[in-house]
Amino acid sequence: MVNTSVTLSGLTLSNPVIPASGTFGYGYEFAEIYDINCLGSFSFKGTTREPRFGNEPPRIAEAPSGMLNAVGLQNPGIDKVISEELPKLRKVFHKPVVANISGFSIDEYVECCGRIDKEEGVGLVEVNISCPNVHNGGMSFGTSPESAAQVTRAVKAVTRKPVYMKLSPNVTDIAAIARACEDAGADGISLINTLMGMRIDLKRRAPVIRNVTGGLSGPAVFPVALRMVWQVYEAVNIPIIGMGGITTAEDVMEMMLAGAAAVEVGAANLVDPFASKKIVEALPAVMEKYHIENLTDIIGGAHHG
Amino acid sequence: MIDTVFTVLSNSPIAQNTFEMVLSGDTEGIRPGQFVNLKLPGYYLRRPISVCDHGPGSLTLVYKVVGHGTELMASLEKGAALDALTGLGNGYDTSLPGEKPLLIGGGAGVPPLYALAKKLLAEGKRPAAILGFNTKSEVFYEDKFRALGLETFVATADGSYGIRGFVTDAMDVEYTYFYTCGPEPMLKAVYEKSRTSGQFSFEERMGCGFGACMGCTCKTKTGYKRVCKDGPVLTKEEIVW
Repeated sequence: MVNTSVTLSGLTLSNPVIPASGTFGYGYEFAEIYDINCLGSFSFKGTTREPRFGNEPPRIAEAPSGMLNAVGLQNPGIDKVISEELPKLRKVFHKPVVANISGFSIDEYVECCGRIDKEEGVGLVEVNISCPNVHNGGMSFGTSPESAAQVTRAVKAVTRKPVYMKLSPNVTDIAAIARACEDAGADGISLINTLMGMRIDLKRRAPVIRNVTGGLSGPAVFPVALRMVWQVYEAVNIPIIGMGGITTAEDVMEMMLAGAAAVEVGAANLVDPFASKKIVEALPAVMEKYHIENLTDIIGGAHHG
Repeated sequence: MIDTVFTVLSNSPIAQNTFEMVLSGDTEGIRPGQFVNLKLPGYYLRRPISVCDHGPGSLTLVYKVVGHGTELMASLEKGAALDALTGLGNGYDTSLPGEKPLLIGGGAGVPPLYALAKKLLAEGKRPAAILGFNTKSEVFYEDKFRALGLETFVATADGSYGIRGFVTDAMDVEYTYFYTCGPEPMLKAVYEKSRTSGQFSFEERMGCGFGACMGCTCKTKTGYKRVCKDGPVLTKEEIVW
């Protein structure tokens, strides 16, 4: 019998597989087709203080081995998430959930994180300082060590649950930003958000996505994500949730060997709604194949010397 | 939503850039106005295609070749396997149309009205159809709608066949309700010309097709709706242009 459980800042997950924010809604669409309690946890749709429509369509484009999205943080706002979505979510998911919070100002991060922190059923708070699809917010907090630290410090002051800062890959030195978050008190790091990209429609001679740019995700970004998790693992001593293009149980193992304590699965859920479940189910056999008894034993296992 | 694998029985052109694909597989629970989301080899995102006709174990898709994905679809031969998510979207509500519903389709928006026509007939209604195309070589399914017994009008924008003009130029007939599917400018023209309530089927670029990614949200009078899950069919009263 292999042991697939992992721990994130004192929170034990039966397995490391967490559907990523923005690819799993608040869980209901997936709960209609399988029992989502097989998952380690899931990260709900990025939530802001005010309700948001997001960007005008088209918001989606195809990419080689991946996709672009520019949804732009569509969400019902923190009030509705707390009063409507969380109670509904708890009926279909009985484990602690990852609360993904976004913002356009330090005040907004503080208010939303402080409120969601008090919610029963929230296991940890994942602070998105890396959304590439909104202006004057989101990613701009995650692209310098100073502003990343500022958000971290402010959020940590109003929360009791573990705080994981979700970082952007659209930076020159990911390790410096991760270190700044750690120094400011972050309990962990989530990475990577999507890579900024675009497509152009030859017929219209115009960008496919109305927002012009979108975030690239899917298997295309997996090697980049893996490299960044590797670099951050070398830079910090706090746990890492690794994500970016994970599609198979083997990808999970690679990500953990690079240094991730748990993983998030994103785009894969959108093309195969059963993807996360399949990965959970495939993990034990892959562990046996590589003679792994306890999954936690392999975290960072590819770093030698 | 069901994840299933279909087998291609036939796949042939029926008009300019337009193909009819017949598949065998699990069609349980599919309703007119819904769509299937197809996984095509070599492409990451699935391709949403409206259901044209369905029976026990058999599914017909009529699609227009507009890009690389549909080009690849057109090259699939008999025996090819196609992974599909089925039962997607809300579909048309047939509880409201009265005795004489009007079906108004434009180009690639014609196919879903065919399954709808069959359902309305089975419910004892007397639907009529207006089919609009750009030009004569793009016309398809006129005979199939007629074979069902529908009074069928065809309009072409260049006047090369049927009524010269748009579907709205053929709307001066008697009807109690309408159903429409087609390009957005056509839908808007139908909205403005129509004298009764009706239902509109919309198209949008989708990520997942089952309501998870918020890739296809639109604004309506009753709030934000996901075209894939809360639509693609919206009622006239809730549409915001």
